[in-house]
Order: sequence, then structure tokens, then C-alpha cells
Amino acid sequence: MRILSLAGRRLAASIPTLLLILIGVFLLLQLAPGDTVDAMMAQMGGGDAATARELRRFYGLDVSVPLQLANYLWRLVRLDLGFSAIYGKPVAAVILERLPPTLLLMTSALSFAFFFGLVFGVIAARGVNRWPDTLISTVGLIFYATPSFWFGLMAIVVFSIYLQWLPAGGFEDISTASTGLWRVLDIASHLVLPSLTLGLIFLAIYLRIMRASMLEVLNLDFVRTARAKGLDETRIITRHVLRNALLPMVTLIGLQAGTMLGGSVVVETVFSLPGLGRLAYESVVQRDLNTLLGIVFVSALLVIAVNFITDLLYARLDPRIAAES
Amino acid sequence: MGAIRRYFRSPAAVLGLVLLLIVIGMALSAGYFYPRDPLALAGRPLIWPFANPRFLLGTDNSGRDIAAQIFHGARISLLIGGVATLIAVSIGVMVGALAGYYGGWIDNVLMRITEAFQTLPNFVLLLVLVAVFGSTLTTVTIAVGIVSWPAPARLTRAEFLSLRSREFVQAGRTLGMRDTQLILREILPNALPPVIVYAGVVMAVAILLESALAFLRLSDANVASWGNLIGLGRDVLRVQWYVSAIPGVAILITVLGVSLVGQGLNDALNPRLKQR
Repeated sequence: MRILSLAGRRLAASIPTLLLILIGVFLLLQLAPGDTVDAMMAQMGGGDAATARELRRFYGLDVSVPLQLANYLWRLVRLDLGFSAIYGKPVAAVILERLPPTLLLMTSALSFAFFFGLVFGVIAARGVNRWPDTLISTVGLIFYATPSFWFGLMAIVVFSIYLQWLPAGGFEDISTASTGLWRVLDIASHLVLPSLTLGLIFLAIYLRIMRASMLEVLNLDFVRTARAKGLDETRIITRHVLRNALLPMVTLIGLQAGTMLGGSVVVETVFSLPGLGRLAYESVVQRDLNTLLGIVFVSALLVIAVNFITDLLYARLDPRIAAES
Repeated sequence: MGAIRRYFRSPAAVLGLVLLLIVIGMALSAGYFYPRDPLALAGRPLIWPFANPRFLLGTDNSGRDIAAQIFHGARISLLIGGVATLIAVSIGVMVGALAGYYGGWIDNVLMRITEAFQTLPNFVLLLVLVAVFGSTLTTVTIAVGIVSWPAPARLTRAEFLSLRSREFVQAGRTLGMRDTQLILREILPNALPPVIVYAGVVMAVAILLESALAFLRLSDANVASWGNLIGLGRDVLRVQWYVSAIPGVAILITVLGVSLVGQGLNDALNPRLKQR
């Protein structure tokens, strides 16, 4: 219960942050050349000034900026994100449609990066300054410096074009219209390359942090005690060291949630996945500012949600945190 | 002096310096080796690398020399990376210094803003900035700088928090120094080294951010940029994959060089941390 109230307080503290973001971006978008109505008129193939005036009144764009902002925030409270002129649907509906692929992509990329970062970090720390460590650290550095979109393109060349093992893009194969388990497998095969691409840089970061944190924990007194008790090395690592060494990794998930969401913009574009990131890109190109603002709101919410979950996880891994509050 | 010797004792740091010097050399010599406009048509489109001695790295979809674009692209990447880092570190140091030195409500307000910037995914904010201000070289550089300042700000703030109650600062205060003097002349020189070392990370990320933006064709299309070329090569990826592959290697080498140099500096300046 204590854990929940602690994380809940952190959650409440993020509401002003969210408000700040929304007001900031809303005002920023006022500076953009052209508004929703301009975009609509362009979509319709032009129109006269009277129609534009009529439309502006209809969408509440004819009042002063502070009033528009107040209206927008009030509608947000009721989860109404406005109307997308480009998609001809409420922004909330458009975003909700695009959310599942992004969530799936982020989860699988995160799991991949976390798991292999952990394993390779442990291997590197156990052979510190010997060849496994050098090899893993070097590869990690190269991964860190690799632009994700470029890695994605090269993966397409190798695995989709030459070897033809995996699909080059899309979320699922529409032509076969499979159901049940086959559909799951189909989507999974479409997500392999995007997940690797998005997870690559995080793998590099996680393995570096895991290595450092393992080395630190391995020097602590309780590890010496465990060794003195006669426990074998595997047991010491899995039962004693790992849980403590995991703490910085969990913190990092929360810190990197935003970066990962940003990275999915590029990765979804490379693999033409119909996700939130690609929607963000499309709404910039099509000047669909309502949708863009909605994406800003939803992505900030996502980051806050991930941080809430990591807070809970953290308290679960380290009971001292819950006890202190 | 000890720091310099320690730097050159690390093979990774030396390799990073070599890579970075190669890229800087490319940027400086671009005008000498490729005096013509790198975006001008040079020959037949899609010549493979090493197939024609005139175009060592081949030509792209519209017949522009890839090698020329790589050399001139080094200028753009270093320029955008360098200037954006300067902007990010300047804003970060200013915000961090004020927050850390004064504390109280100033700290509260500034840290709320920093948090807001960190909660919003930086690439999404970058998209918003580009959507609003357009994508010329100047606006993209400033935008990349604006999304990158929170981390240096937090670092500077932490340094200021630990330094502001030290004896030498108290001595300065007793001598009647004003706040600006204390911040700029006493604390800042001591707080700056870790921030400058961290600038290596900021620059690496800035180069990656710009290249991603250019790949999406949301950066300046009128300059030879590696990201632009990768985006262009995507159209012919199926067969002429080298158009995308070559500039990617250039980005990788640059970012690797910058991060290795940053890490080497860090280890050389904080030898105690190296032990781990």
C-alpha cells in the first residue's frame, strides 16, 4: 500500500508537468504557418474567404488565443482531442487506432534490449578486462553509434531482400488475412526487424550500465560473505548480485521511455508500421496540427505511465524505498 | 599534463581521436578535393563504387557524386552537431547554474520546466519545432540544440548544489562578492569540466538526431547531408543498397569518434572512476 501511495504521489506531481507541456506546445503551434482550416481548405482544393471564416467559427478558431487554449484544456479533461481534418475523424480515434503497433513495438524492443543487455552485461562483468568483456564492450559502443534508421535499412537488405527470411515492412500480411495463432505469428514476424532496430541503442546502453553496476555490487561486503559461506559463483550472481545490480537498469527504463518513443517515429517510418510514431511524422508532413498536439499529449502520458510502472517495480526490487516513505 | 598522458594510454580514446580527426580532415578538405557543388549532377546515375575511377564511391539515384556528398556532409554534420551542442550546453549551464545556486522557488520552477522537456520525447518535440519553424539549416540546428539541453542542465545543477556551500564560495561571499561574480568567477569554473566532458554525449546524440530528421526529409534538402543521402538511397535500396550504406558508415564513424573522445576525456580527467 505504501508503495502505491508513494508512486501515486509521484504521479500527481507529474500533472503540472503535463499541463506545462500542453500549454507550451499549444502556444508554439500558434506560431506555425497555417491552421487546421488552411489544411482543410487545401484538402478540399481551395475555397473562398467566407467558407474559411465559417469553418474557423465552427472549430472555435475565431476567438483569442488564451480562450482557445482554455477551450482546448477543457475539452482535454473530457478526453476530447479535437478533430483531425486530414483523417476526417476525431483525433482520439485516429491515435487509438495507431497506438497498439507502437505499444507492441516498444514492449518487444524493450524486452529484447533489457534481456540481452542484462545477459551481456553480466558476462562482460564476470570476465572484466578479458576478451569477452572487450568484445562485448566494443560491439556495444558500435551499436551505440549506429543510426537506427540506417541499421533498419541494412537489416532489410540482408534479411528481407537477400535472405528473404523476414518481411521488409508493414504490420501484418493483409493478402492472406489469417486468423488466430497464424495472425499472431504473422505479426510477430513483422515485428522482429523493427524491434531489433529500435532496441539496438538501448541494448548498448543497458549492457554498459549493467556491467558497471555488476562490478560495483560484486565488490560489496555481502557478496564476500556469500562467498565465505561457500556458495558457488552462479548462485551468488543469480540470488544475491542480480537483484541489487538491476536497480539502475530499472531507473533507466523510466528515463529512456521518451527516447524510445521518439526512436519509434523513425523505425516505424523505415518499416512502414501504422503506429503512433509514423502518425507523428505524417501529421508534420500534412500539417495536421490538431493530431500533432494530440500525439504530444498521448506521448507525454505514455512516458508518465512508464515512469509510474518503473516506480512500482523499483519499490518491489528494493524494499528500503517503500519503508522510507 | 597527467591527464593528457592518461588519455593517450587508452587505445579506445586514441582510436576515437583518430576517427574524429579523419572526419574533421574530410570536412576541411572537402573544398579542395571536391570544389564543385556536391549536389550538382556529375555523371550517370547509380554507378557502383569502384566501378569508375572518377567516382570512387559511385553516384546516387540522380547522378551526383557520393564521395563529394560524404566529404561535404562531414562539414554539415560537424557544424550542426557542434553548434547544437554549444546551444544545448549554454542553455543547460545557465538554467542549471541559476537553479543550483539560488535553490528555492527558482529551482522549483526551472526544474519543472526541465522535467517537462524530459517528459516529452525529444524527437517528437523536434518534429513540432520543425513543423512550426520550417526546416532550414539554421532552424534545424537551433531545434536540435533546444531539445538537448535538459541533461546538461541537470548535471550543472548537481555540481552547483555541491559547490555552493563550499568554503571558497563562503569566503567569496564574506568578501562581499555579488551573486553574479560568485556564479561566474568562483563556482562555474569548478562546475564546468564534467559538463564539458558530457558535451561529447550531447554532440553524438545531436548528430544522430539531425541525421534521423534528414532521413525523414524534414531537414534542409539544399545541403549535402548524410541523412539526406540515406533517405534518397532508400528508394533504390533493393539493388543499389550502397547509396544508403556508405553515408551510414560515415555517421557511425563520426558518432563513434565523438563518443570515444568524450569517454576518453572523462576517464583521463576522473582517473578514480576508471578503476571500475
